[in-house]
Amino acid sequence: MTLLRKPWAWAWIAAVAVYAVTIAATAGASAAGLAQAAFTFAAFSVIVGLGQMFVITLGPGNVDLSIPATMTLAGTVALKFMDGADDRAVAGLAVALGIGAGVGLLNYALIKALRIPPIIATLALSFIVQSTAIWTNRGIRIKPPESLAAFSTGNLWGIPNLAIVAGLLTLAAWVLLERSAWGRRVTAIGQSPAAARRAGIAVDGVRLSTYVLCATLAGLCGFLLSCFSGGAALNMGAEYLLISIAVVVIGGSSVAGGNSNVPGIWGAALFLFLVVSMLNTYGFGAGPRMILTGIIIIAVILAASLRGRGAEGG
Amino acid sequence: MSDAPALLSVSDARLRFGEVTALDGVSLALRPGECLGLVGHNGAGKSTLVNVLNGGLALHAGSVAAGGRAGRWDVAAARAMGLRCVFQELSLCPNLTVAENARILHRGHFGLRWRAEARRLARAALDAVFPGHGIDVRAQVASLALAQRQMVEIALAFAEAGTPARLVILDEPTSSLDAGIAGQLLAHVRRFVAAGGTVVLISHILSEVLATATRIVVMKDGKVVADRPAAAFTQAGLVAAMGSTARERQRPDRAAAAAAPEPLAVHASPRGLPVRVAPGEVVGLTGLAGHGQTELLRALHERLAPAWAAGRDPKVAYVAGDRRFDGILPLWSIRRNLTISALAALTRRGLVDGRAEAAAAEAWRTRIGIRSPDLGLPILSLSGGNQQKVLFARALLAAAPLVLMDDPMRGVDVGTKQEVYGIIRAEAAAGRAFVWYSTEIEEMELCDRVYVFREGAAVAELEGEEITEAAILAASFAGHAAEALA
Amino acid sequence: MRLSPDLIRLAVPFLALAALLAGVFWLQPRAMSYTGLNLLFNLAVPIALATLAQMFIIAVNDLDLSMGAFVSFAACVTATFLHDTPVLGALILAASVAAYAALGVVIHLRGLPAIVVTLGMSFVWLGLAVMILPAPGGAAPAWLRALMTVRPPLLPMALAASILIALVAHLIIARSALGVLIRGVGGNERSVARAGWSVLRAKAAAYALAGLFGVLAGMALVGLTTSADANIALRYTLLSIAGVILGGGEFVGGRVSAVGAVVGALTLALAGSFLSFLRLSPDWQIGAQGAILILVLALRLGLDALERRRRGRA
Repeated sequence: MTLLRKPWAWAWIAAVAVYAVTIAATAGASAAGLAQAAFTFAAFSVIVGLGQMFVITLGPGNVDLSIPATMTLAGTVALKFMDGADDRAVAGLAVALGIGAGVGLLNYALIKALRIPPIIATLALSFIVQSTAIWTNRGIRIKPPESLAAFSTGNLWGIPNLAIVAGLLTLAAWVLLERSAWGRRVTAIGQSPAAARRAGIAVDGVRLSTYVLCATLAGLCGFLLSCFSGGAALNMGAEYLLISIAVVVIGGSSVAGGNSNVPGIWGAALFLFLVVSMLNTYGFGAGPRMILTGIIIIAVILAASLRGRGAEGG
Repeated sequence: MSDAPALLSVSDARLRFGEVTALDGVSLALRPGECLGLVGHNGAGKSTLVNVLNGGLALHAGSVAAGGRAGRWDVAAARAMGLRCVFQELSLCPNLTVAENARILHRGHFGLRWRAEARRLARAALDAVFPGHGIDVRAQVASLALAQRQMVEIALAFAEAGTPARLVILDEPTSSLDAGIAGQLLAHVRRFVAAGGTVVLISHILSEVLATATRIVVMKDGKVVADRPAAAFTQAGLVAAMGSTARERQRPDRAAAAAAPEPLAVHASPRGLPVRVAPGEVVGLTGLAGHGQTELLRALHERLAPAWAAGRDPKVAYVAGDRRFDGILPLWSIRRNLTISALAALTRRGLVDGRAEAAAAEAWRTRIGIRSPDLGLPILSLSGGNQQKVLFARALLAAAPLVLMDDPMRGVDVGTKQEVYGIIRAEAAAGRAFVWYSTEIEEMELCDRVYVFREGAAVAELEGEEITEAAILAASFAGHAAEALA
Repeated sequence: MRLSPDLIRLAVPFLALAALLAGVFWLQPRAMSYTGLNLLFNLAVPIALATLAQMFIIAVNDLDLSMGAFVSFAACVTATFLHDTPVLGALILAASVAAYAALGVVIHLRGLPAIVVTLGMSFVWLGLAVMILPAPGGAAPAWLRALMTVRPPLLPMALAASILIALVAHLIIARSALGVLIRGVGGNERSVARAGWSVLRAKAAAYALAGLFGVLAGMALVGLTTSADANIALRYTLLSIAGVILGGGEFVGGRVSAVGAVVGALTLALAGSFLSFLRLSPDWQIGAQGAILILVLALRLGLDALERRRRGRA
């Protein structure tokens, strides 16, 4: 059972189990619809989760808390820039990605200049980014261009377009992490920054590019999310703060850094969405739904640790 | 041989870690009033034996008996017997003060006014072993120098608190200490043993073991191969027993170095001599431990290794001495650890070329003799000495013209050392430059040029035949740095 | 006397607090009075308590992402059960402290990442809070209200209580044998275990202390606001982390300071008041909080550099 020994296997098993239980409640009536919805919404979690994964791989204390604010700012500004015009769709995407990259640059500038833990630097900057978003938005809701709205809600042969985008990004992230020299260096830094430095790795360059990558993906996610939901909202990124961390860790990557995997992010993102819909299906109120969500997160991490005992050092 | 009953004994101890046999039928008895010197190659099983003695590892076969009685043997039982351990890695809490560490180490010894008691205890312990130590027991351990931390750890192991110390195990206790401090420690060991205590001393500095131990046990491949009174050994005899051949010290051929033209790198500091190194040269840094040698290497490395964008050809490579801190990447395989510094050369269009990587790692495995059946195994499956070899191979595989070495032979066995010396000379002959900091004076005799450090600066430069133990010691100890410069 | 780096670290939050206070007094001289100070530091006590709770977790190298949800939960229990049926209320609060200790045990025994477990627990606490108080309401027990509005001579309640709390927490973490053990676990867990201590008990104690201070934070909050709702303290998660770091703490290595944490919390509490005195557009209030956080950390860096240069000369 080598598959079961993979750190990401449990997230997938859990996702499939929850899916089966939910389908059972509706006697299979919504199997395809639920799967489609799950892949669509999981796509957002996956996009931010991939960026967060690279950041978390950099080692203890490395986490990007500015993801929600970046998503909001990128979505808001891009929609305002495009102003519903289809011919500015590509330029709008570039604006969103540029904002993301800019935030990432500032994040690392703060980390480096003030020598503070990333968790605090990204938190402090996220306050400023959030304020900028509030200031640009001023409560006006601008619709996305038709073409983008259609693309983000459409699908290809039954597969949601967003899931395809996220899938391609996942593939790219896997190559980066597992096959590229850059991924090797990120992983080395996560195990021991001092040893990585003495091994000749340009630690600052690698960390900077990681933070820029993470924030750029957050910008992309904000762009897609605001196109998907017909406009940017000021709190649209809020839930992705905890989710981006949760998908990485439930997916079997080590929070201590230096040991990450890509497939688990998909499993965890699907799982997190399916848990909520399962509880909805069974008619739970908001309170019990939250409690069960929490318990399941803990149960998954506990199950992963029990498995980890058997396959340590592998 | 004394007839006193054994304080602690192991008989026919056997232990395996996966593929590797760590202990292969070791029998050993420790008696009151003896200092047992334990020597052997890295990977010979010394550290494993220590961990069995202190209850940290359970045996697969064989038994441990305390006071002649076999029974359950674990960390708690070892502590109750009065066994204290000083490990090769530092095991203090760096965020606590020296006194608070005393509180942690000697559980159950303190009353309500424990803070004052702990300060008194720590101060007395330091005074007893290292008179004139100058360490403030209220200082945070993190703010102390490496040598001072080791002194604190040793002193606390001998401290009179709780169950009296009856058996103290010292695993490479002098590795960070300079000769004077090490002398104080060894003198204390002799006093402790004379008063009926037992010490197990593990050290790679054979003269130290010969001068201090009453009995010496030589280990090899998980077995005891010699067990005799210390007086029955000579340095050459010990080396022979460990399985490596004692050889004539060889002076390097200096003809090549003398012709070296432009310096490759110069490190000028506001005080002291500028440190120069030219292609093909082996430059040594020596002097008492902790007098600025490591700092110079780090500064040189920071300057030459780009922090933001590394090019394809590294300018400098680094062999760490404190391998747990800035050497190994603990989650990785041996292969990945070996190739990380040369990754740029093993990469095609951003992706690592797996076949080229495997070939490069395999070539160095053979050349430097890494003892492992498979380079895909975790780096932590290797013994300390073999891990150090991987770090050497890592630095040499990177095609850097300059290699910096930060006391890299710490805890490496004699045989490995000789092999590595040979590789260093061969690489230097091929045009590579080395800056080599070592705490062992004999290694300086292998260098073309040597800088002696004192109080953070290079105070003397010795070349060729001038490099002698006497000259180095004279430069290390003479007066103040300022006088030597004037 | 030689200034240790630790003292410098501790001086920064004091300096920041003094600077903010000076700014407030300059803008609004009438704040320089008993009543004015009482208003300025109105919510300081619960924030300080929550920050100390977070400090105990950070001392053992963990991070609690559920602190805000837990304080909300404790506030909801205080405003309902503790008010209506004091014995039952006290039992529930005691049980929640025990739950915290149990969390510490589980996290240690299974080697779980605390970030993820507390992430899951944040859903649990929030779900429980929603079930107890689906809509804002409840009432503060009379004795608690009286305690939080007491007017001691000389110093306003908020400041007097903060000093007392800081003192008690300092005695626990810095002076007591338990505190040394907890910090020792943060500094070098292996050697603490080797010396024969139970790391499990130390972690359970640290988590129980966190639970206790979290409960106290919830109670103090209800005493001040007289009612509660499930989202009342969600901001405390990030505020408490920021407070510990502002106060000179570090995420790893058991380096924390109780006095610093309380001063850090006071600084953050005052930051809100300061901004309203500046008559900033509400758009920028969050952003300015981030800016203050950055400024304070920059100040710490500057002082550290100064100290290093001084030592370099010596």
